[in-house]
Amino acid sequence: MASRTQPPVSRDIGVLKAGWRYASISDKIADTVLSRPTGWPGWLLFLATFAGTLAFFGATAWLFAVGVGIWGVNIPVAWGYAIGNFVWWIGIGHAGTFISAVLYLLRQRWRTSINRFAESMTLFAAGIAGLFPILHLGRPWFFYWLIPYPDVMNVWPQWRSPLVWDFFAIATYLTVSLLFWYVGLIPDLATLRDRAATPFKRYAYGLAALGWRGEARHWARYEHAYLLLAGLATPLVVLVHSVVSLDFAVGNTPGYHSTIFPPYFVAGALFSGFAMVLTLAIPLRRFFGLEDFITGKHLEYAAKVVLATSWIVLYSYGAEIFTAFYSGDEFEVAIVMDRWTGAYAPVYWAMLACNVGVPQLLWWRRVRRSVPALFVISLLVNLGMWMERFLIVVSSLHHDFMPSAWGMFYPTFWDWAFLFGSIAFFVWLFLVFLRLLPAISIAEMRLLVRESAEEGR
Amino acid sequence: MKPEDRPFIPIRPLPAGVDDPGRRRFLHLMAASLALAGAGCSGPPPEHILPYVKMPEGVLPGQPAFYATTLVRQGYGQGVLVESNLGRPTKVEGNPLHPASRGATDVFSQAALLQFWDPDRSQAPWQGGQLASWPEADATLLDWGAALARDGGAGLRILTGTMTSATWLDQWRSLGKRFPGARWHRYDPLHDDGALRAAELAFRRPVDMLLHLERARVVVSLDADFLGQGPAAVAHARDFAATRSDPARPTRLYALEVVPGLPGANADERLGLPPPRLEALVWRLAARLGVDGAESLAPDSGTAAWEEALAAALRAHRGESLLVAGPTLSPPTRALVHVLNQELGNLGRTVDLIAPVEFEPGSHGDSLAALCEDMREGRVDTLLILGGNPVYDAPGGLDFAAALAGVPRTVHAGLYRDETARRCAWHLPLAHDLERWGDARGFDGTVSLVQPLIRPLYGARSPREILAMLGAEERESDYDALRRVVGGRLPGRGENPEAAWQRCLQEGQVAGSASAPLRLPAAARPRPPDFGPRLLTAVFLPDAAVDDGAFANNAWLQELPRPLTKLTWDNAALLAPATARALGLENGDEVELSAAGHRVRAPVWVLPGQAEETVGIPLGYGRRDAGRVGNGVGFDGYRLRSGAGVTAPVGLKPTGGRHDFACTQAGDSMEGRPLARHATAAEAQAGKAGPHRKEPRDSLYPAYSYPDYAWAMAIDLNACIGCGACTIACQAENNIPVVGREEVMKGRQMHWIRVDRYRTEAGAVLFQPVPCMHCENAPCEAVCPVGATVHDSEGLNVQVYNRCIGTRYCSNNCPYKVRRFNFLQYADNDEESLKAGRNPEVTVRRRGVMEKCNYCLQRITRARLAAEKEGRSISDGEVVTACEAVCPTRAIVFGNLNDPASRVNRAKASPLDYALLEELNTRPRTTYRIRITNPDPALGGNGKGGGGGE
Repeated sequence: MASRTQPPVSRDIGVLKAGWRYASISDKIADTVLSRPTGWPGWLLFLATFAGTLAFFGATAWLFAVGVGIWGVNIPVAWGYAIGNFVWWIGIGHAGTFISAVLYLLRQRWRTSINRFAESMTLFAAGIAGLFPILHLGRPWFFYWLIPYPDVMNVWPQWRSPLVWDFFAIATYLTVSLLFWYVGLIPDLATLRDRAATPFKRYAYGLAALGWRGEARHWARYEHAYLLLAGLATPLVVLVHSVVSLDFAVGNTPGYHSTIFPPYFVAGALFSGFAMVLTLAIPLRRFFGLEDFITGKHLEYAAKVVLATSWIVLYSYGAEIFTAFYSGDEFEVAIVMDRWTGAYAPVYWAMLACNVGVPQLLWWRRVRRSVPALFVISLLVNLGMWMERFLIVVSSLHHDFMPSAWGMFYPTFWDWAFLFGSIAFFVWLFLVFLRLLPAISIAEMRLLVRESAEEGR
Repeated sequence: MKPEDRPFIPIRPLPAGVDDPGRRRFLHLMAASLALAGAGCSGPPPEHILPYVKMPEGVLPGQPAFYATTLVRQGYGQGVLVESNLGRPTKVEGNPLHPASRGATDVFSQAALLQFWDPDRSQAPWQGGQLASWPEADATLLDWGAALARDGGAGLRILTGTMTSATWLDQWRSLGKRFPGARWHRYDPLHDDGALRAAELAFRRPVDMLLHLERARVVVSLDADFLGQGPAAVAHARDFAATRSDPARPTRLYALEVVPGLPGANADERLGLPPPRLEALVWRLAARLGVDGAESLAPDSGTAAWEEALAAALRAHRGESLLVAGPTLSPPTRALVHVLNQELGNLGRTVDLIAPVEFEPGSHGDSLAALCEDMREGRVDTLLILGGNPVYDAPGGLDFAAALAGVPRTVHAGLYRDETARRCAWHLPLAHDLERWGDARGFDGTVSLVQPLIRPLYGARSPREILAMLGAEERESDYDALRRVVGGRLPGRGENPEAAWQRCLQEGQVAGSASAPLRLPAAARPRPPDFGPRLLTAVFLPDAAVDDGAFANNAWLQELPRPLTKLTWDNAALLAPATARALGLENGDEVELSAAGHRVRAPVWVLPGQAEETVGIPLGYGRRDAGRVGNGVGFDGYRLRSGAGVTAPVGLKPTGGRHDFACTQAGDSMEGRPLARHATAAEAQAGKAGPHRKEPRDSLYPAYSYPDYAWAMAIDLNACIGCGACTIACQAENNIPVVGREEVMKGRQMHWIRVDRYRTEAGAVLFQPVPCMHCENAPCEAVCPVGATVHDSEGLNVQVYNRCIGTRYCSNNCPYKVRRFNFLQYADNDEESLKAGRNPEVTVRRRGVMEKCNYCLQRITRARLAAEKEGRSISDGEVVTACEAVCPTRAIVFGNLNDPASRVNRAKASPLDYALLEELNTRPRTTYRIRITNPDPALGGNGKGGGGGE
């Protein structure tokens, strides 16, 4: 530990600006939670997203009452927005764990100030993603039949089905992400407990802090646990989206049936996840004046990840097209041609523009350092990735083997209600999180202050 | 109070504030309530819940009984066997003994079941706009009868459709004694008046034609839809398919059509021609064949090759050829066809002429026109309309409704309170064929018996009972009349009359009562007609699903994709592609049709193969009072008719409006994929048409073993004519719900077996029925997360409804897209009568579950139970799926693969057998036999099947 009498002062190391001490860090971050007034823009956003959340649950009630027929799904396009949304949200839910676990293991310092909110983003996105396969069921009240619970009929799930694998993958991912997020929160919860002004907050944070007193013993165990969880979470980052991709890859539908899907989906997930990190970080730092913690460096790194993953995604698109023509399989060729020229071709080309074209702007340093440009690009990437999910799910199904059974999917009002409702629900959850928990890890930032100070010596 | 004194239902004192009405007042109120309850309607029939003291013979709970009866459509009977479960008719099957059925049925007989259970059927008499009762109706009609009798019934007119019932004729004759002045008019909107006129021209007497397609090697259809329309369609389909089953005896069907129909779709060579050119072609053909009177016609370069080819084919097959002409041809041309058949030696061989099956044959158009004239002139004071709907289906030019308004006493008896019912003073519910005694004749004259399966649901009466309401003659029950009239002249020789009668009832027909062929002198040479100018011509035709409109309220039929357009829940103005291009129209564009002083807005459908300068107008739509299902569906073509003719000049003007169709198959093309495979007879003989089977590749999962049975199906594309009967039979058998127009537009129709329609580049139509393939390596089974679709020990891929949670993954993974999903609550759980008509052996599915063809598992189970009781195994042909049973052409064969001698094994052994999408290694149990066409080399037979031609 550094000298008690002289607390360290940070130097500018790119990912942290100069002049921050332990106390000022704690003040700054805890202030967002404990003392800062919400203000009218905050309330407005909160109420708007709350209304959207209510709409989402209202739509869910209507869905349960009437059936999935309120959507545009049909035969042949039996999967529609619900599955597209599911894959999209799961993808977004990838960056958080990647940042906090993989970058942690790789000792990347720039993860420190973004890991907390990115992990929260992961939890909310994965949680919402987990809702969609249930909403999508014809009889959602029986979703638990996917769980291998003991029953007198001796009925088990059907293990050959990727949906069963999917169920386990998502459940595991959610559990580990939650644990990882919570363990990382414990020291900060203790800080909030110590600083809380009202007895209720003290109790609430105190309970959640699990009696953390900051002893060396606590820290030692905390570090071990965190490292272990990071080790556990790292393979899950790859695994979850690989398993999600198997929902498609195991199917025999042209456009689904492709061995490239697992890496393709993982890359796409990181791509959309980092875009979402940017989408959230940019207003966050501006709103709460956190530019010293979430610096231009962070944004630039995230932009570089987006650029890199956009090339993996481009490679995957290319590989799909190549294998279709190289194999000569008439059904695969037909689906590629359909994507290029068919009914959903505008979506395809718009997706390519958003996912492949627009990210190339990030080659330029000026673009990477322009916050408004990054924000717009991140939104376009999110849009592009949603279109990609839509295309995989819908355009593959609408023209498969039998031309006599070809059909079209047209989204209904309810399809859009579930998409926008889930986005509102996500933002609402994120807003609630910002006001209840520290958006940046106080403990880890303090460590960063010391490290930066020591580096200067 | 001692316990035993306490009343069984404890009496509680009235709460404070409620006046005690007192015993007498209470009884008054009760009596008044009961009277009011009874005043509104006649109430359900009394039902006694008593256990059987002695079980009635033949009624075994869970064991269906079959009764032979007859379903009458447009006067002609089709013999059927109706399945009855505990007294409820639940399924119609064909009657193998009946010549119009031969074990199969058309779509209408299948759908008659839903018509019977239709909750929109008329349930009580109506007077004006008010509900009335049978006693009131009895009293009124008795009064009217007494008044009429005073002047011999001079003002009495009776309007029926085509009548072939002997008991009706008997009753009419006895009625004539009391009302000598009464007149009987007949009107069926699609009655073939032209055929009678042609017969008059040729033979100076009316005749009916009986086709023997199975004996013909060259068939020339001159716009005659002998496969899709008319009372003999099922028999024709069977004979036609028989001609194609023998490769050693190649046959050829030439179809010349105006509006494409099933003959053209199944032809070896087809050509679309507008009526004037088609008629001219017949006359020039006659000239080539040496029939005098036609030499003066100018040649038509577009059809010269056809004339030559037809003449050559007909000359080469004297006595083995057959020409048949449809109603769009003028009577002189159709008379010429009689002459041609006679000249070619076909009469008595491939075609027989019989005395008309209809009683008192005549022109229905003239008959209705005469009635309208009488009504306008005030010569009619009482009109009885028995079972028709002339206010709707009379030609718009006649304005029947206005004439009807001037008749003081009008009675309509019908299944529905339809347009005519609402314009008559009285409406009486008419009994359905499944709830009355009666008789009708088949297309060949066979006397067929109508037997009730159930007491009338709503107290409806038969036509005979309703006519009897007028007269004071002795009331004779329908059964007694039938026994007297039909049973009294059975052709039995030396048989006990009672036993003979019982046998007739069991068989549903009087065996051997078919009309004998007539021996006629040489036909007179008709004079060529004026072929008319080339104008835009409307061609009115019955709809493949709602017929003349009588089935408009039948949801099964409304949702049945029409064979060639695959439209549901609609009719359309059908245009040739070239005509549509010239007018700048495409599918869904709205046009205004004008004829007979009426204008009708109609959406356009472009039908490849149709003749230029024609507008095909399927009738039977645009109903206003059909019921909840049929109201407002499509447009009313009857208003464009000026008379009973089926062609008329028509004006067409685009309105700029648009209409969305509920079409189940948008594209025509197979996209170059070998789905509905086809080859020419020459290719087949050269061995180029097969074999197609490849060795299956290994699967990741272990193979199943089938120690007992291995069910499989073979579908002969060469036999399938695309009629769609299998779809409706399956719907009836398996309680498949209808989803309605909006849901079909979203792609959510529920049919377990669909009939795909493709068109080759040459324009030939290919039909392919697609049920579940029951794959050996079923892609659906591997992906269901809860094991709701599983492989059973006999190779069926079964769907466990109550395990299904509705992920729809199985449907995504099904390359054949045969799975159907209950996106909403489609099955109607509210209508009691619909519940009663369902098959009790099949689960009614709720929303959120997947369903699909299961090879009629319930029928397999029934056969298994029967076999196990007798300690034997199920024999070949014992399990007959609903689609197989109904198929008029026997295109579908079902059976056990483990039985080497089974029909299905024989079918699959053919080199022409192939599996759909075999390269996916799904190893389907359902396989197909490739379609073989026999194009005429003289017409440039290019091996692509029948030519297109517009």
